[in-house]
Amino acid sequence: MKKKINNNPFTWNYSPAVETKEHIQINPQYNLFINGKFVKPNSKTYFDTYNPATEEKLAELSLANEKDVNAAVLAANNAYSKTWKKMPAKERAKYIFRIARVIQERARELAIIETMDGGKPIRESRDFDIPLAANHFFYYAGWADKLNYAFPTKTPQSLGVAAQIIPWNFPLLMAAWKIAPALATGNTVVLKPSENTSLTALKLAEIIRDCDLPPGVVNIITGPGSTGSFMVNHPNIHKIAFTGSTNIGKNIQHSIAGTNKKLTLELGGKAANIVFEDAPINQAVEGIINGIFFNQGHVCCAGSRLFVQENIAEEIINKLKARMETLIVGNPLDKNTDVGAINNKEQLSKIKSYLKMGKEDGITLYQTLGELPKKGYFCKPSLFINATQSSRVVQDEIFGPVLTIQTFRTIEEVIEKANNIPYGLSAGVWTDKGSKIFNLTKQLKAGVVWANTYNKFDPSSPFGGFKESGFGREGGLHGLMPYLKF
Amino acid sequence: MMPDFKHNYPIDQIGVEERIQRFNSRSIKKETKLIGLKLALSMIDLTTLEGKDTPEKVKQLCYKALHPSNDIMGLPQLAAVCVYPIHVKTAKKYLKNSTVKVASVATGFPSGNTSLQIKLIETKYAIDQGADEIDMVISRGEFLRGNYTFVFDEIAAIKNVCGKIRLKVILETGELSTLDNIRKASDIAIYAGADFIKTSTGKIQPASTMPVTLVMLEAIKDYYIKTNIQIGMKPAGGISNAKNALQYLVMLNETLGSKWMTNEWFRFGASSLANDILLQLGKEKDNGVYYSKDYISLD
Repeated sequence: MKKKINNNPFTWNYSPAVETKEHIQINPQYNLFINGKFVKPNSKTYFDTYNPATEEKLAELSLANEKDVNAAVLAANNAYSKTWKKMPAKERAKYIFRIARVIQERARELAIIETMDGGKPIRESRDFDIPLAANHFFYYAGWADKLNYAFPTKTPQSLGVAAQIIPWNFPLLMAAWKIAPALATGNTVVLKPSENTSLTALKLAEIIRDCDLPPGVVNIITGPGSTGSFMVNHPNIHKIAFTGSTNIGKNIQHSIAGTNKKLTLELGGKAANIVFEDAPINQAVEGIINGIFFNQGHVCCAGSRLFVQENIAEEIINKLKARMETLIVGNPLDKNTDVGAINNKEQLSKIKSYLKMGKEDGITLYQTLGELPKKGYFCKPSLFINATQSSRVVQDEIFGPVLTIQTFRTIEEVIEKANNIPYGLSAGVWTDKGSKIFNLTKQLKAGVVWANTYNKFDPSSPFGGFKESGFGREGGLHGLMPYLKF
Repeated sequence: MMPDFKHNYPIDQIGVEERIQRFNSRSIKKETKLIGLKLALSMIDLTTLEGKDTPEKVKQLCYKALHPSNDIMGLPQLAAVCVYPIHVKTAKKYLKNSTVKVASVATGFPSGNTSLQIKLIETKYAIDQGADEIDMVISRGEFLRGNYTFVFDEIAAIKNVCGKIRLKVILETGELSTLDNIRKASDIAIYAGADFIKTSTGKIQPASTMPVTLVMLEAIKDYYIKTNIQIGMKPAGGISNAKNALQYLVMLNETLGSKWMTNEWFRFGASSLANDILLQLGKEKDNGVYYSKDYISLD
């Protein structure tokens, strides 16, 4: 059975298919959205925001100081007591529904800005971020006048003003996760996007203004961590919702101790993605790739620790390497790009320091062979093969396109290793056997466990963590609770 | 070495479909599109498998395979003409001095419900008539009852008659019902000596689909990783437009890579695909304007 082997020199590279950005309007300078209007910051200070793929300046953003925060909280309090709280719930729902519709209408524009501002591939912002953000508004619009049915025998009541602080990995989507349930439950909002990626939140402010929401119901202010801490410490807010790093989450908890502010935290993660010998191998490889390289690994639930049963480890690793070579790393605006730019310079150097650390620990590093663009913050998709449980690259959240690979022999061993981490946000299990899946979902300490898939989201499904990954749930009926008192 | 065919190689259907969506979201434009269209054209097994086929129709098909268009310069010839055994001689007559191959279906096509003895005789007849390639069907009935040895032995026996003649094994995936079964049938065919594995006869719906083809490409890939032996792939039936053909090529390119991007290792079994590709190539030539379909011969 001898077959001819040819070495066809033919290569079929895809010509660039870049989204045009001519029709996209980004103002040179943005003010703070307070009380339904864009107002100049009291601080009179502006800072620059950059496109991480080109290192070009995109716009100047306002830095909100303590007085700006006071103004925003005051506007939110007024709007709460004078209009929003008194408005019939089904009227509130109409506003939320309207926001969802306008996000859909302007989806293309929002997707391009999200990609320019954050470096994520247009394929993801177009197919994931923006549609899901719209869906969250649609979903919670539906709950607004049905809260009594959501919590029968209880009388759910709104809290007041919610201070919401969101990260740079899914800027518009996180804004939607925060704003939609807060409005549906009758609260008003002061939201601060990350200083790295504020543009789509400011576009959302325009949308909210154009939707004729009563002034002050949603206020969007920009600035660094200091702005966030003024929000957290403000006496007239009633609820804090934070998504971001575990350290800052801990600081917030410290600073509100002794107050009666309600708090939800959605923090870091270091998910175990567990592949058993009886898994659908080729689909598992795809799931591993999707789990770690989606959004350049800037995903708190990224499947960043791979556990492979020992007897299939070699096959999986070889297939992973081959699949990684077909990932197109480059211009995020190109529709064929699979992996875009690292969100910001600091993050890139953090990832690089972990790559160095892993090598110093004696772990084998594999990176893809392709060239990276000369300009912009890019990182090659990377594997740490034969990683050790004690190494910091296994223990710490790297938040980049870096996957650590460990092997296991028995189910007890993998459960122990998977849970041996301060985080508990998500996990993945790959096996053809249903009973094994249910056994693991019981034993893994993780808020979400995906079986034979990864990174699946739906507005109706709650999301949130255990341990140092935070508390409180976002999405679904559970996502209403943090914004209500009973 | 030989896998235990009683043992399943599990396939996750949702995962396969998601992968297909990724292939289909690739944006194929400009130069890439032109190269892809020409490549797809060169991979076509121009097929006519009807009871009412005439020698004239076969002749016409051969002419089309040799000269796809009078209009557009620099086009490749098609890969093969695929006919019933009684038309092999006619096809061979017109394709004798060309690189276009004559492929013949055999083994009680399309159902395969006849004895091994007759299948062997039919295969030998097609070869004697001048066929360069044999497209056989597997015994789906035996496969579905779990009689994998039967299916394996039958393929091996046919390959034995074929010798150096390339053997394409049609799994008729539309009758196999699950992707797990399709993977298993692919493995059986490959290990039994198939040079190509092929999805469908075109007589059963659904014929070729992208998920089915992906599962078969992965079987080929796994075999190549183990043995370093290349097996060809032929999706057949149901691929009638150029855009879909390009999506198949993206899938091929990203699953098996450039070694398979040639008509030696990948074929489209199709009758109307060639004309749609010609229409698209004409559009590229004429600055984005489609010409009337009346300018393209119907074969």
